[in-house]
Amino acid sequence: MAKTSLDRKFDQIKKREEEKSFSIKKRSRIVSKFLNNRLAVVGLIIFTIIILASLFAPLLSPYDPMRVDLRSMRQAPSFDHWFGTDSTGRDVFTRVLFGGRVSIFIGLGSAILSAVVGIAVGCYAGYKGGWIDVIALRVSEIFMSFPQIILVLLLVSITGQSLFNLMAIFILTGWGGMYRLARARMLSLREEEYVQALRSFGLSTFTICYKHMLPNALSPIMVNITLSTAMFILTEAGLSFLGLGVPLNIPTWGNILNVAQDILILQNYWWMWGPVGIVISVFVLCVNFIGDGLRDSTDPSQQG
Amino acid sequence: MMKKEILKLRDVKVYFPVKAGVFNRTVGHVMAVDGVDLDIYRGEVLGLAGESGCGKTTLGKAILRLVEPTNGEVTYVSKEDDETELTSLEKKDMDPFRKKLQIVFQDPHSSLNPSFTIFGSLQDPLKKFGVNSKEERRKIIGDLLEAVNMRREYMDRYPHEFSGGQRQRIGIVRALCLDPELIVCDEAVSALDVSIQAQVLQLLMQLKKDNNLTYLFITHDLSVTEYLCDRIAVMYLGRIVELCDSEDLYKNTLHPYSEALISAIPVADLDKKTKRIVLEGDVPSPVNPPKGCPFHPRCPKAKDICKTEVPTLKKYSTNGNEHYASCHLIDLPEIS
Ligand SMILES: Nc1ncnc2c1ncn2[C@@H]1O[C@H](COP(=O)(O)OP(=O)(O)OP(=O)(O)O)[C@@H](O)[C@H]1O
Ligand code: SF4
Ligand SMILES: [Mg+2]
Repeated sequence: MAKTSLDRKFDQIKKREEEKSFSIKKRSRIVSKFLNNRLAVVGLIIFTIIILASLFAPLLSPYDPMRVDLRSMRQAPSFDHWFGTDSTGRDVFTRVLFGGRVSIFIGLGSAILSAVVGIAVGCYAGYKGGWIDVIALRVSEIFMSFPQIILVLLLVSITGQSLFNLMAIFILTGWGGMYRLARARMLSLREEEYVQALRSFGLSTFTICYKHMLPNALSPIMVNITLSTAMFILTEAGLSFLGLGVPLNIPTWGNILNVAQDILILQNYWWMWGPVGIVISVFVLCVNFIGDGLRDSTDPSQQG
Repeated sequence: MMKKEILKLRDVKVYFPVKAGVFNRTVGHVMAVDGVDLDIYRGEVLGLAGESGCGKTTLGKAILRLVEPTNGEVTYVSKEDDETELTSLEKKDMDPFRKKLQIVFQDPHSSLNPSFTIFGSLQDPLKKFGVNSKEERRKIIGDLLEAVNMRREYMDRYPHEFSGGQRQRIGIVRALCLDPELIVCDEAVSALDVSIQAQVLQLLMQLKKDNNLTYLFITHDLSVTEYLCDRIAVMYLGRIVELCDSEDLYKNTLHPYSEALISAIPVADLDKKTKRIVLEGDVPSPVNPPKGCPFHPRCPKAKDICKTEVPTLKKYSTNGNEHYASCHLIDLPEIS
């Protein structure tokens, strides 16, 4: 029997559909929603580029970020030195790359670790309730009601300047927000009937709250991790600019910016502080875009 | 056949503290369940009916110790007549009884964990109760899925891929997976379409026959219970006001509250249609129940005595069967 052209068309469509359903794995709704958000995708791309560039810094730059070269002091940007050189002749581009390693490590690391602490406490306390919850809540309130910058200054002057002290301080001041987020999610989740069902089997509190409930609380926490990464990077830059952050001999974005304290440099040598300032801003902006994209794509009330 | 108890409730009370103010002080109590005496017999379907908020779910949860009873005893009687009081047990000593008592929930949307496949969320209970090999666990869950007319492969799917009726059947699978003796069905079908309700009810009855189950069947809809339940308990503000064989509840209603509930059932048969008793006002707050008979502000028959004296649940006989009711105005001889 001869096939009409309509039949052929239908066959084609059917074939295409079958190919699609077999060859392409169904992308999850969250991923596809995220990818539909232009800003978030651009943010993710630039974010990835900056991170990769920092990671592979030794391959991208022939210079040593610490080596003083007095013959090439305060040179303006050129083909040899893309971002110029600083007062001791170190290549600024190289320092920005290497500084990114430390700054991003501090920002992301502190955000993730404070999330781990906040989640560990918040899940358990939120699910269990009772005196554990009351104590955790009060402690977090104390940390959060104290002006963060003063707390940081205080702790820096007590513990001294070091990279790990700074991270410890960030975690100490940052876990409270994560804790409250995790706790609030747990409070609403624990009334869900699947949780009641698990309890009716007498499963242990740990299994119920960390294995079965936590995955359903993760998406707002992920958003918060990205946003606090941005915040910690900015705080680090601010503190290092003031000379209170990471010790000056370690290049971080904040420490590179530190030279702009000198009015002479601020006025005459823009390349020593301009590019790094832009990199910080762009990076933080990208992280915020990613956070917004994540929030929109995981928010069930924004369908579509 | 001799009736043997599986569960005996004695003066069970569940009070939730009401907190208020800056210091979170307890300013009162929600008396969700306020002194319930009830025997559940092995193999029966006991209906538990009453308006929303009267404490049915709370009573069901108290039996499983999902909420801790404030007072009273819940005694489990095994097949061998060994009695164990559950509320005084340590948490870990509850485990053997958790296998025997299970619950099916009302809301098919929150009753399954969205992050796990069916197998993923059902396997932990099995693991805990000693089913150590994964094949064994898959077999148990697969068999049960088939028993509720679903395909075994469904165990690897996520909850959002199922309809409400299917989810409810998965909830039943979960309740069945440790081979329980008593299942609390908390409005197990009321969230479903009427046509699907009938299917699931039929399934529940089939499973009961196959597995020698006992059901505590919670509902706010007295029209289903007549055909399903052997006995019915009617609850009002945390107390049982009437308890009898289901036939007697409809034919020889003793309590004015049950009368009002029954008259509210839509009847297809016009001859049978009785005058509907409309209850005035809302259910009073369980924080501050009325003095005297808790039903008196809404009771069409209330007399002066009802405002001051609390009626107790007394035993009468209708149709040759035990019939409990708590009302001052019943003119039947009390049986001791
Ligand atoms: N965890 C809780 N904390 C405080 N009050 C509660 C709690 N759980 C239930 N209550 C209160 O106890 C009373 C009885 O609630 P319960 O859920 O047992 O009613 P129900 O008969 O199951 O109603 P429904 O038909 O709506 O399911 C209600 O007034 C409710 O507000
Ligand atoms: S005791 Fe009085 S108020 Fe209560 S149900 Fe009976 S008649 Fe009504
Ligand atoms: Mg209920």
